Amino acid sequence: MKWMNSRSAAGIALVAVALVALPFVAAMGGQAWVRIVDFAILYVFLALGLNIVVGLAGLLDLGYVAFYAVGAYVYALLASPHFGLHLPFWAIVPMGAATACVFGVLLGTPTLKLRGDYLAIVTLGFGEIIRIFLNNLNAPVNITNGAQGITLIDPVAIGGFKFSGTTQILGISLSGPQKYYFLLVALAIVVILINLRLQHSRIGRAWQAIREDEVAAKAIGINTRNIKLLAFAMGASFGGVAGGIFSAMQGFVSPESFSLVESISILSMVVLGGMGHIPGVILGAVLLTVLPELLRYGVGPVQQALFGKVLVDPESLRMLIFGLALVLVMRWRPAGLWPSSERRRELAEKT
Amino acid sequence: METFLQQIINGLVQGSIYALVALGYTMVYGIMGLINFAHGEVVMIGTLVAITVIGGLMAAGVPAVVAGGTGVLAAVVVCMAIGWWLERVAYRPLRHAPRLTPLITAIGMSIVLQNVAMIVWGRNYRTFPSLIRSESFEVAGASFTTVQVMIVSVSTLMMAGLLLLIYRTKLGMAMRATAQNPQVASLMGVNIDRVIAAAFVVGSALGAVAGVMVGSYYEIAHYQMGSMLGLKAFTAAVLGGIGNIAGAVAGGVLLGIIEALGAGYIGDLTHGFLGSHYQDIFAFIVLIGVLMFRPSGLFGEKTGDRA
Amino acid sequence: MMVENLSPPLLEARQVAKHFGGVKALRDVSLSIRQGEVYGLIGPNGAGKTTLFNCLTGLYVPDGGSFIFAGSPLAADAPHEAAARGIARTFQNIRLFGNMTALENVMVGRHLRTRAGVFGAIFRDPKTRAEEAAIQRRAEELLHYVGIADRAWDLANNLSYGDQRRLEIARALATEPKLLCLDEPAAGMNATETAELRRLIEGIRQDGTTVLLIEHDVKLVMGLCDRVAVLDYGEKICEDVPAAVQRDQRVIEAYLGGGHLA
Repeated sequence: MKWMNSRSAAGIALVAVALVALPFVAAMGGQAWVRIVDFAILYVFLALGLNIVVGLAGLLDLGYVAFYAVGAYVYALLASPHFGLHLPFWAIVPMGAATACVFGVLLGTPTLKLRGDYLAIVTLGFGEIIRIFLNNLNAPVNITNGAQGITLIDPVAIGGFKFSGTTQILGISLSGPQKYYFLLVALAIVVILINLRLQHSRIGRAWQAIREDEVAAKAIGINTRNIKLLAFAMGASFGGVAGGIFSAMQGFVSPESFSLVESISILSMVVLGGMGHIPGVILGAVLLTVLPELLRYGVGPVQQALFGKVLVDPESLRMLIFGLALVLVMRWRPAGLWPSSERRRELAEKT
Repeated sequence: METFLQQIINGLVQGSIYALVALGYTMVYGIMGLINFAHGEVVMIGTLVAITVIGGLMAAGVPAVVAGGTGVLAAVVVCMAIGWWLERVAYRPLRHAPRLTPLITAIGMSIVLQNVAMIVWGRNYRTFPSLIRSESFEVAGASFTTVQVMIVSVSTLMMAGLLLLIYRTKLGMAMRATAQNPQVASLMGVNIDRVIAAAFVVGSALGAVAGVMVGSYYEIAHYQMGSMLGLKAFTAAVLGGIGNIAGAVAGGVLLGIIEALGAGYIGDLTHGFLGSHYQDIFAFIVLIGVLMFRPSGLFGEKTGDRA
Repeated sequence: MMVENLSPPLLEARQVAKHFGGVKALRDVSLSIRQGEVYGLIGPNGAGKTTLFNCLTGLYVPDGGSFIFAGSPLAADAPHEAAARGIARTFQNIRLFGNMTALENVMVGRHLRTRAGVFGAIFRDPKTRAEEAAIQRRAEELLHYVGIADRAWDLANNLSYGDQRRLEIARALATEPKLLCLDEPAAGMNATETAELRRLIEGIRQDGTTVLLIEHDVKLVMGLCDRVAVLDYGEKICEDVPAAVQRDQRVIEAYLGGGHLA
């Protein structure tokens, strides 16, 4: 046991060192790469929120981005010149989470008795409704500023410490994205811990029971409707928090960021990585954020090198490869890239 | 009253397009319980193939009727091939995989098809060549065009053909049997693989025709047009009760009419607060409303929990 | 072991009716189960036994009649409330939480009798930790009780058929039922396993839990049950002590062709 402990301690230390070094390594490729890493972590956060709904409770939610959007707009409206409000970060983020949670309950209450695929399409529709409203609520009263979106959103500031712009800390120069990186890592660790703890709790077991067999879950006395609603509300709150951070980090939000494609990407992260398995979901989120970016930078030059000119529009080639990757991974690893050991064993026995 | 009649006509036209696309979703879902998310993209490719073939032929001086017919045929053939390929390559290997796996594959395929279309046809809007001189008719203050009449009659014909196929042929019987119970059907000598492939191919053919109709109705096409159309059509299928052929038709027509009426009256109803650009939300609001009271759709069978 | 006839009824079914389309699955079935007995429910396939279970446990809404449990009526269509009132069941076709371990399956069974919520789960306060430990301890005890303690960490899917049946019983017991409803627990078991099952059910009865048993194994039913009701075509045709049921003319007729009593 002692050997195990020292080994896992060494592992944790290694991961910690890597996490601290990452933003500086990324910065060698330019601040753009630090921002990509930031987004990868934001997506880890989002994917783990969705993992509660899809992975643990087994509820297929195709409109998760709606809650992300709600959180983002709550922050944008309360901390920008749009309404002239500039509430502090720590005050708005809980409000965003709570608002998203309310939306989750509003959507969940009438729909959670629906069968899986029906629930999927209803959540998808809900996502679209939210987006359409964001797009059009600029007249007759200008609430969301329509398709133009909201600009000049306040960056995160805690106390007097601003997360935008470059700061010197202990002689090290930290750029805005690098500071956000550390904030995001801290939040991601919190959400990972919450996920882990939920999974091995009374509520987490009830979610998994519903996922495995809803009838049996009812028969042993689980109030499936309330417990499902709880999963929905939890997932929505995480989405709301992530939205708030997104808003502050970008300084700009518009309905375009919250399309169906976005919902689908987040779901793909969860499924591609390994549903319900936290390390798998993290892997899925990181891969699906970084891979398209690598392709964005790689596809053009590679064509140039091979054929002497850019034959195919890099943007569409990038998405094409992304789509193919989804198909191939599902073909060869149907339980995801990194499923839990139990799932892996089960699939191995079936084949 | 004039607006009302006019919107009903517009809704009927739009609805018959939805219905044709919805049939593709519902056939595949009814037989194998899969949401073929890529179906909307198949429809989009049908439109673009038709545009290219018709445009090319007409530029070469071929008469419009011949060009149009060839275009439709080409779209149908290409879409059938894509449908067959999708099933064979993407879905068949996953028939026993966890439930979400084929869904992600479908999403992946949808991205692939969309971007292939973008590489082939480019980012810009394509104009659909006008084949016939569209005339306007007027009845009781509401007007409609030749194209609209053609859309409604062609879709009616296609649906009648599908019903014949499903209820009067051996293949149709095999499809119904597989939908009921694949294991038993295969014991009875039904070739499940063939039945599923047929559902994809037939659904894609209907989608191709719908694609040509969309193109000729709106006169433009674009590589991204498939997503929203597919989404609406799928909504229509769910509205009617997914897996149910008649339900898909009814759901499609109903959705078209609701949207048209909604767009026509929302301004008055909300005293100008919401305008017609909210048209797209009706589909989803109606869907949520219907499913709240009829969780299996309007015509879906009630499926209780079996203990 | 005979139970006093005077003991109060734990469950009373009053003219329960259920039909599916034109098929009458249950025709005004009335029966009463006394506190502390093992009550057998037998009948040919399709006689309506499982339908009665499903009505009782809230999975089906009866078309007529009602259930009185421990003195007050049961709400229809509320499975979790039936469980909360003290009715637990197993399923004919075994419904475990396949991708959870045996231990977790039983731990979920404690859901009803424990309280921890999301905040407890996240912050793991001392109360939650104590409750969690108690849940696990009780689940381990129950696995031991049904005799599969050594399979605690296996996925339910990977257990043998007989062990899955026992696990389902352990999970049901975890809800602290007053009435345990077993739907063909011996189906697919060999003679040794059936004998062990019999000892298990006897033990459950001795611990004070009333048992309602659907079973095809006539030897098991006749040896175990205090009283037996026979359903045929959705109708109760007989209710008596096992020895009397075996001699009943209508019962013998109902089973002719079925061959179960042969």
